[in-house]
Amino acid sequence: MAWTAPLVPVFAALSALMIGVGLVWGYFFTPDDFRMGATVKIIYIHVPSAMMAINAWAMMLVASLIWLVRRHHVSALAAKAAAPVGIAMTIIGLVTGAIWGQPMWGTWWAWDPRLTSFLILFLFYLGYVALWAAIEDPDTAADLTSVLCIVGSVFALLSRYAVNFWNQGLHQGASLSLDKEENVSDVFWQPLVLTMVGFGILFLALVLIRTRTEIRLRRVAALQARQRMEA
Amino acid sequence: MPDLGKYGAEVLSAYIATGLIVFGLLWLTWVQARRSRKALEEAEKRAGNG
Repeated sequence: MAWTAPLVPVFAALSALMIGVGLVWGYFFTPDDFRMGATVKIIYIHVPSAMMAINAWAMMLVASLIWLVRRHHVSALAAKAAAPVGIAMTIIGLVTGAIWGQPMWGTWWAWDPRLTSFLILFLFYLGYVALWAAIEDPDTAADLTSVLCIVGSVFALLSRYAVNFWNQGLHQGASLSLDKEENVSDVFWQPLVLTMVGFGILFLALVLIRTRTEIRLRRVAALQARQRMEA
Repeated sequence: MPDLGKYGAEVLSAYIATGLIVFGLLWLTWVQARRSRKALEEAEKRAGNG
């Protein structure tokens, strides 16, 4: 992991630049939407954070599978490191969605398929972190949290695709699509893509830092165990 | 400043809430990284002395 050290400041600077430019562009230089008014500006934080909340879980799933199949310790620690970042992204998605929903839908919350699956994903995140904290043996904790991650992936998938196949509820369809016709207007799309990429790079930087932290803590535990055995 | 009309409070509060959560996450990450670095230095020192 030592090779990642020089990448962190590069990622941090790049994400700050992209999020900064995207938000300033979106906030100051894009018009209001004809239906949503100025609340459309919330899209520049809501969409990237919700996307990263789901993508973080997907990354944790891949890392967990690598742990279960290959017993690669760094992958288990990377999954553990990503969880708090995913929690923060999920909270941002829930809070900004509620703030947007109140004036647009007339309610802070609705038991809509996407919202509900996203809330359950948030609870899975909390459970995942709690399970890591509750089990002393790191390998057992990695095993059990990996299984939890696989189960929770159902809700990550539902959060992502519920609007496509569950034609009920308040939440609108995807803001970005490979089909250009379905995309939001270019004027909103361009700063939105910048903030989305910025959030993605921020996630990478944070996961790298946090994984290195977890590796250091694992080394500390190993050194302390060796000292206890020698004493 | 853009005129946010009647939705000014909503837009600003969404941005402020996001800023606070991201700041909290960055602070937590930084504190944990610093603590782990110190803990490793001390553990290595102890292991070297032992």
